[in-house]
Amino acid sequence: MAFASKSPWVIHYDGSSCNGCDIEVLATLCPGFDGERFGVVNTGNPKHADIFLVTGSVNEQNIDVVREIYNQMVEPKVVVACGICACSGGIFHDCYNVIGGVDKAIPVDVYAPGCAVRPEALIDAIVKGVAVLDEKSQALKESKKRGE
Amino acid sequence: MGKATVIPFGPQHPVLPEPLHLDLVVEDETVIEAVPQIGFVHRGLEKLVETRDYNQFIYVAERICGICAMGHSLGYAETVESLMGVEVPKRAEYLRVIWHELSRVHSHLLWLGLAADAFGFESMFMHCWRLRERVLDIFEKTTGGRVILSVVKVGGVVRDIDDAMMAQVIATLDGIMDDYTKIMNTLLTDTSVKNRTVDVGYISHKDALALSMVGPFARASAVNYDVRSFGRGAYGDLADFRPILDDGGDCFARVKVRCLEVLQSIEIIKELAAKMPAGDIEVAVKGAPADGAQASNVLEQPRGECYYYARGNGTKNLERMRMRTPTSQNLAGMTSALAGCDLADVNMIILTIDPCISCTER
Repeated sequence: MAFASKSPWVIHYDGSSCNGCDIEVLATLCPGFDGERFGVVNTGNPKHADIFLVTGSVNEQNIDVVREIYNQMVEPKVVVACGICACSGGIFHDCYNVIGGVDKAIPVDVYAPGCAVRPEALIDAIVKGVAVLDEKSQALKESKKRGE
Repeated sequence: MGKATVIPFGPQHPVLPEPLHLDLVVEDETVIEAVPQIGFVHRGLEKLVETRDYNQFIYVAERICGICAMGHSLGYAETVESLMGVEVPKRAEYLRVIWHELSRVHSHLLWLGLAADAFGFESMFMHCWRLRERVLDIFEKTTGGRVILSVVKVGGVVRDIDDAMMAQVIATLDGIMDDYTKIMNTLLTDTSVKNRTVDVGYISHKDALALSMVGPFARASAVNYDVRSFGRGAYGDLADFRPILDDGGDCFARVKVRCLEVLQSIEIIKELAAKMPAGDIEVAVKGAPADGAQASNVLEQPRGECYYYARGNGTKNLERMRMRTPTSQNLAGMTSALAGCDLADVNMIILTIDPCISCTER
């Protein structure tokens, strides 16, 4: 990808992560790794966000919250599973209160593994997410054209 | 007087990196009652002791919480060691405490940033996290990990810090002092900070004791309690250790206590680095905890006292592993500080207990 077609705004939700990935998500946007120089802005409002960064696995209590945030986001949208717990459940996969990775609740576009996920991996995942976002917005445009 | 309404706060909220849900009962702009609801992060990892042996469980223990990861692996290892009667070499104890104090520095810097963000001081948030990156660089150099260190094992530590590396660690800490002093001066003298923190969320010394508060949250209400002052492990070799206290009892006092604790931790690291004994960094641990053997342990985490309990059953797997974390102790203090506060101060008060939800729910 030679250029980013837009500045991706991200929203972050902590599923049942241990905090390790959460603070790495924040560290990605802070000086040091400085995701903001690529236009990545953290927002608290799902309606403003393009990319949904989920850390941690889903359980009975938070699966509805994850779905609710996803449903409130406006199309086109991309979901990034940050860290191994969000990808598959990780070290906690056989805990009684862990259903599994985030893909058990919502469709995931990019998987960023690691325990905890490294900021470099996250930046890479967000860049990949922007490419998926472009594809999705193109598909959306074409389907609108066909509808007209 | 208006009619009471309920405002939901969380679980997804910009000020909290973690999911905590509060039902705020408000009358006009005043919070009458705050009802916390937790359980979003519960994984049930205490039950994993049944399927992981005591050596494997240390990796689970440090993933109780990514911020206090070092503390939890240390607390767990110490508990199992006292369960099995293992004597850890002196050098390993020193290294453990140095990493633990480094993680306190990183945790407090993280918290100071989040607190600044809670009252809208976003550039301060960035500055605190910029300094925190330097501490994470130390972790990466000495252990290979940034947040999950995996450096403690039952019977010692996995890696050594040689003299050249230790000199680099001290040089890095000296390097951040200049910037840190500036940040601290801003947080403690700036009027805009004081406007949002002084007299907000006051808890008296008497209430702090009655609510069993722990950690910097309690020390800001002049509760003289710090597990480090028991002098166990390498803490016993410190020339002088006095908990940092403040009798303000408000959010400002909590900011102040944590600011000064960063300086204290850096002093501890320097003192221990200078006194570092030579020798082995681990002992071989063989066998299994005896059937019915019990051990308990307390540790001063960045957020306060954490209690560990373990019971053996004669096999490699523990019968029971239990922790009581500082945030679960402090939740009662938080809800009592929230009652009667302004709606705009809710963020600040919640953050000043430094909530660690994944520790609490496990």
